[in-house]
Amino acid sequence: MDDNPENLDQSLERNHVRRVFNAMLTARVLENKLGSLYKAGKIVGGVYLGKGQEAVSASMAACLEKGRDVYAPLIRDQAGRTAFGEEILDCTRTYLGSVKGPMRGRDGNIHRGRPAEGMLAMISHLGAAIPVVAGMLLAKRIKGELDGVVGATCVGDGCTSTGAFHEGLNTAAVEKLPLILTVANNQYAYSTPNDRQFACQDLVDKAVGYGVRGHSVDGTDMLACIKVMNEAVARAREGDGPQLVVASMLRLTGHGEHDDGSYVDAALKSSGLGRDSIEVGIKQLIEGGFASVEEIEQWQQDAAEQVQQAVAIAQKEDGPDPYKDDWMAYSNPEMQMQR
Amino acid sequence: MSDVTYIDAIHAALDEAMERDPDVFLYGQDIGKFGGAFKATKGLQEKYPGRVLDAPISEDAMAGVAIGAAIEGARPVLEMQFADFSSVAFNQIINQAATHYYRTGVPVPLTMRLPSGGTPGSGPFHSQSMEAIYAHYPGLVVVTPATVADAHSMLLDSIAMDDPVIYCEHKFLYRWLKSKDLSGDRLPIGQARITRPGKHATVVTYSAMVHEAVRAAEMLYKDGGWEIEVVDLRSVKPLDTDTIIASVARTGRLLALGEAFPWGGVTAEVVSRVCADGFHLLDAPPVRLNSKDTPIPYHPKLWSSHRPTPESIAEELRKLLDY
Repeated sequence: MDDNPENLDQSLERNHVRRVFNAMLTARVLENKLGSLYKAGKIVGGVYLGKGQEAVSASMAACLEKGRDVYAPLIRDQAGRTAFGEEILDCTRTYLGSVKGPMRGRDGNIHRGRPAEGMLAMISHLGAAIPVVAGMLLAKRIKGELDGVVGATCVGDGCTSTGAFHEGLNTAAVEKLPLILTVANNQYAYSTPNDRQFACQDLVDKAVGYGVRGHSVDGTDMLACIKVMNEAVARAREGDGPQLVVASMLRLTGHGEHDDGSYVDAALKSSGLGRDSIEVGIKQLIEGGFASVEEIEQWQQDAAEQVQQAVAIAQKEDGPDPYKDDWMAYSNPEMQMQR
Repeated sequence: MSDVTYIDAIHAALDEAMERDPDVFLYGQDIGKFGGAFKATKGLQEKYPGRVLDAPISEDAMAGVAIGAAIEGARPVLEMQFADFSSVAFNQIINQAATHYYRTGVPVPLTMRLPSGGTPGSGPFHSQSMEAIYAHYPGLVVVTPATVADAHSMLLDSIAMDDPVIYCEHKFLYRWLKSKDLSGDRLPIGQARITRPGKHATVVTYSAMVHEAVRAAEMLYKDGGWEIEVVDLRSVKPLDTDTIIASVARTGRLLALGEAFPWGGVTAEVVSRVCADGFHLLDAPPVRLNSKDTPIPYHPKLWSSHRPTPESIAEELRKLLDY
């Protein structure tokens, strides 16, 4: 393995930084709105937010190219979804149950995607997307279409305890697939803290055991996240095999909007892990000359308008009609038993 | 021409599918140079370089990889070394593969081969029949070929199908079941076959039990001229209720026979559908015969009493005919 390949993008390219931050900001505005809609009783089922994880999520997905790369977002990846190019409407339609959404009312909230466009629709079972992304990459290899392509997915600290994580990462490593696996260690899996989840000193130590490259990053630091993700994705693209990125931060919300997160240790909240990556990002944009205060304010306004519009459209649309749904679980109608 | 066995038919179908379609690839443990635990893939890695891949002992990831590849438009054929080990991959199969088309509109053209059923000395963890478990889940097709020709044509049809297919191949038939060639009636998946016509009672069964049912039917014919109709389901999902009901309409008597455990399952489904749709056709209460309700025993003496045999099937049929 080459430790210093020439074409690694270590620089902080201005437009890329602005794009990452815009996705973070849009996600935050959108998620604040989703939280309000939930509390107003406008959303059936759960609402799961990525507050605190925007920098990690967006900086990974912003390195991907829709139509070529594969992306499997998880529960706290609104920012990544936006950075990858998911329409805000896909989100609002799915949460609000519009039949025009990508899941047509058959699935909801964060369980949405467009697999034909390279973005998987997550199932609730943690780690399950890891081998699926690996399989998509393997198929591209068999078809001779893998050159320069990567697949990326994000999981939480809790997922590292699953068999699926182990089997999936090991398999990707055996096949030397260009997989970026990011672990967003937000300190809690629902209410379970790190010390009841794993016993290793640092999750990135697992990389050695799987024979993959490990990267650590402060997940509250937007520019650090951008640098590390640029490097990890570039290395995967040029054939360095799977990359394990461990980002640390605190989940700045409950597990879902039904959960007040009262079990979160107060000391963690006031520690560096408890920083809000968006606030850090704003400071970094201004200090680094990436954007002015006025621009950021304008972006915030734009995001609010986009979100408002997407909510209004989805709210006006019909929900699914049980008499019109074809109730087909098979693409081959001959296989569908009527009862 | 020398005889072809059931496992030869599987090998030939894999070879033909790979020859025909470059998107078909094989994935499983020890299937490459070694040719698989049962030699179903012997020589295929050499013939199709890069398309027969050895997997680590990670059934869950194997299924996940196959699903991802299928979503991407490839046609993976996943070999579980034994059907029993597919329990480790259960989550991926029932939650990812089975739900994917309904949720997203993108099909998962995956075939999972399950070497199924009991053989003497195989014990509790290399003998199971998993078809009923997978058939329970919407989105999965579950096939159970009983003949050499079906093993061949149904595997080709499974691989060509855009929906995920659980292909249950019976290990007991691998080398024992022979045919002159691979030709057959090429019935489509979803259609049952009358293996042996009759008029006094119907046995509805599938996989290796088709052959045990035919033996029992022969015994009864010799005994008293009884003509027993044997229906081979071929696929348990979808289930060909029309053929079953039509047979019961002719005979008035039903024995649902299977090798799997007795609680629920395919035989229960058959009886329930006949009772609901064809109650008026029955001249006797329908009967079910399955394995005993214990784990599958190791010793051949115990094993051969655990599963239905021609003798136990004939005994149930006599009771049914006496009613």
